[in-house]
Amino acid sequence: MSSRRIFARPARFAAIAPYLWMALFFLVPFGFVLKISLSQTAIAQPPYEPVFDLTAGWEALKTALAALSIDNFRLLISDDIYVFAYARSLIVAVTATALLLLIGYPIAYGMARLPKRWQAVAMVLVIVPFWTSFLIRIYAWINILQHDGLLNQILLALHLVSQPVVWLSTDSAMYIGIVYSYLPFMILPLYATLAKMERALEEAAGDLGAPPWQVFWLVTFPLSLPGVGAGVLLCFIPIVGEFVIPDLLAGSNSLMIGQTLWLEFFTNKDWPVASAAAIVLLVMLLLPLLLYERLQKRQLEQGR
Amino acid sequence: MRKLSRLSRFNIASLALGLAFLYLPILILVIYSFNASRLVTVWGGWSLRWYHEFFNDRAMIEAAWMSLRVAVSSATIATLLGTLAAVALSRGERFRGRTLFSGMLYAPLVMPEVITGLSLLLLFVALNAERGFWTVTIAHTTLTMCFVAVVVQSRLGSLDRSLEEAAMDLGCDPVRAFVAVTLPLIAPAIVAGWMLAFTLSLDDLVIASFTTGPGSATLPIRIYSEVRLGVKPEINAICTLVIALIAVVIVIASLVSKLSSSQGESAAPL
Repeated sequence: MSSRRIFARPARFAAIAPYLWMALFFLVPFGFVLKISLSQTAIAQPPYEPVFDLTAGWEALKTALAALSIDNFRLLISDDIYVFAYARSLIVAVTATALLLLIGYPIAYGMARLPKRWQAVAMVLVIVPFWTSFLIRIYAWINILQHDGLLNQILLALHLVSQPVVWLSTDSAMYIGIVYSYLPFMILPLYATLAKMERALEEAAGDLGAPPWQVFWLVTFPLSLPGVGAGVLLCFIPIVGEFVIPDLLAGSNSLMIGQTLWLEFFTNKDWPVASAAAIVLLVMLLLPLLLYERLQKRQLEQGR
Repeated sequence: MRKLSRLSRFNIASLALGLAFLYLPILILVIYSFNASRLVTVWGGWSLRWYHEFFNDRAMIEAAWMSLRVAVSSATIATLLGTLAAVALSRGERFRGRTLFSGMLYAPLVMPEVITGLSLLLLFVALNAERGFWTVTIAHTTLTMCFVAVVVQSRLGSLDRSLEEAAMDLGCDPVRAFVAVTLPLIAPAIVAGWMLAFTLSLDDLVIASFTTGPGSATLPIRIYSEVRLGVKPEINAICTLVIALIAVVIVIASLVSKLSSSQGESAAPL
């Protein structure tokens, strides 16, 4: 038996503790979400019924099972509020991801073209904001975007506008916040593929007479597609369920699904409807989630 | 040649603008935290007034203390579990349920926080657990161990396996080979993973809001409820302190990774 095999055999047992942890705290909870999404709201603690009581015997369990219904899901598809919230979440996520790609790509491209020594510095500079608090970065923008905030002061001083512009509680503010918060998530995977790319390919295309835009469009961009895919998924999936940014920066007249779920849960105390909303959101994101997992797996487990 | 220099000018411009966009808002926030004026937008000279205010705000201090305790404990458990997971995935033999295992580890990286938070809360309610320090710690551990696993796994992937194998050919048993050879080599990634887990926990609002109980708010929860009421100079000061703390953590993390001489290419997206 090779040393590799002897090492690999006990190494897999390292999975036991994290496996059990994730099963208990990540997988099992979805069962509870599903179950409660089929329950009814009740003025009780916990605020839903039926409550399963396994000690009450088989008959009690059967009556409890019979009380489950798909009414909450019916509500979700029949009530405009929820339908609009899902639609808006998707539209916002698609728009923001497109913006992120447009802004992130030139930055990642610029990083990949720096001398090696500077690349490491640039990478640290892009990662550092990701480490500082999400909430704080959104709050920083409230400071800038408010009625008499810095942005309006500058615009007024430059005579670009005659009156303060309303920035806060608008979609523009929300998009600024989303792009600002998710930019590192877009840049890093893009940079990773661009930096690994064989530059000789681009040079060859140039030597053969292709103008720069054609080199980019026919050589660079297609080769960077794995990075584009990773960046897009890394941004798109969480943005669909985003709560903090739209809550603090966008107006309150049209909500994203993350906000609706939050409201149902914390304000209306309607746990069953909140659970049903979470299940529908999860189903919507299932395909991108699976794609993301495959990409992540390939990236981490390839080349060995 | 001219084409190339024009291209790089465009590169430098986009890089500079991008970095300015990333850093200016934070810089402005830090500067305004030293503003003497009560009006957030009017500059009234330098002052430490709002830091004073924060240190006299009992509720805020308590929330900050709670956040620190949660961050340290969850980061520690997450680092342990995440490292084990990374070792199993990148060094272990194939085992039953491996696909499910890696799926469970990668999904939380992108899973919307409202879903993770809600599902954990429903579990805690079903288990009749008292909500507070421990439930938030468990919730943060679940999220952050996935980040640790990715960081450590990418380090393990870039390591040469023949080092471990050489140790075993020289008579080490697997455990000893791991402790004597592998562990020191992945130590920088483990430290970086701990720091990442720490800052993610310190930062989290949504999952903590779902899983905490009455009377044990974390710092982000308190900041959030203040921010909803409007901009307050005191919040600028608190945010600056948090940024300073995280900056220290980052400096330590980068020093540690610099100390390890054989630095592999990091493939992790984070």
